[in-house]
Amino acid sequence: MLNKLYDWVDERLDITPIWRDIADHEVPEHVNPAHHFSAFVYCFGGLTFFITVIQILSGMFLTMYYVPDIENAWQSVYYLQNEVAFGEIVRGMHHWGASLVVVMIFLHTLRVFFTGSYKKPRELNWVVGVLLFGVILGLSFTGYLLPWDMKALFATKVGIEIAASVPVIGETIKILLAGDSTILGAQTLTRFFAIHVFFLPAALLGLLAAHFIMIRRQGISGPL
Amino acid sequence: MSNNRVSRRQFLGYTLTGVGGFMAAGMLMPMVRFAVDPILQQHEGGDFVLTDQAVADITEEPVRVDFSFEQTDAWYVSEVTNSAWVYKEGDKLIALSPVCKHLGCTVNWAGDPEQPTQFFCPCHAGRYEKNGQNIPGTPPLGPLDEYEVQEQDGFVAIGAVRDNTLV
Repeated sequence: MLNKLYDWVDERLDITPIWRDIADHEVPEHVNPAHHFSAFVYCFGGLTFFITVIQILSGMFLTMYYVPDIENAWQSVYYLQNEVAFGEIVRGMHHWGASLVVVMIFLHTLRVFFTGSYKKPRELNWVVGVLLFGVILGLSFTGYLLPWDMKALFATKVGIEIAASVPVIGETIKILLAGDSTILGAQTLTRFFAIHVFFLPAALLGLLAAHFIMIRRQGISGPL
Repeated sequence: MSNNRVSRRQFLGYTLTGVGGFMAAGMLMPMVRFAVDPILQQHEGGDFVLTDQAVADITEEPVRVDFSFEQTDAWYVSEVTNSAWVYKEGDKLIALSPVCKHLGCTVNWAGDPEQPTQFFCPCHAGRYEKNGQNIPGTPPLGPLDEYEVQEQDGFVAIGAVRDNTLV
């Protein structure tokens, strides 16, 4: 049944070369943990991507209940966690995944660094990777405020003051983030929500595409 | 005709780039202006807020004075309570902002038992002299902000915040 469906589409659109190009490629022996167990260090990039996918999915579902409004944000988080079936699980996935993705991206960076994989011709991919690291940290920072509890509020106050300590343009960055020169409130929450849910994920997906296309063109770096 | 004739191809290239740039700008300009609006908004100075702290009770020892006012945060209007550290220098009233100039925590007078004549920030042990001067070697990079302050009917009234004028 599925085969027939596939053949029907393939006959018309010739999709086999497309998915071959994406999925059908050899994994070199030196990066395959089945051959050398120590090669598991090559899995951190893929694990980062796997957790990122979980973050995107669980985040999409969280927005079904969450509202970025200072009157209701905390209540909506409380409700989705305690009243909604599996709410604790879905929020837990997003909560713990957020920390885990930073851990994984860090381990991935260490692996790339210590195997020297950033060297020519892969310099550009290292640059894109560092940008991705920045985007992930930005997602962590903006997501932290959204539950609108005391910890979130004061962590963001401190975070915004850190941003404000940038020479010359610090004050502008601060207002751009907070939405007001003195108040950390209603506008801050909506801004952080917009950045967390639309702007940074868009940047993330674009950079990820570039990261993966470069990997496929250049291949995985050779053994040490 | 000059020597630099513009070919049809170049002409089309310039025209399409120009039109495309114009369309992109027409699309982006409103969105960018929309996003940076908070930076360009004017803020009028706040009015003085009357507190229930009698001026006669103020000594040379800073005391914490709370004051409440109606704060407009875009579409959200609420009653907010802030505080100031108020003391007298001779006959002059002085009110300092409790917001640490390091990362925005709240400082306390004599918050560190070992420094009974200084302001202390519990977050990263930032310290300030009584006049708000930050102590070198502690995290803050500048002195505490100062409030405009005046006496109204024997009570302390707190105004807008400004840079420290005492140091």
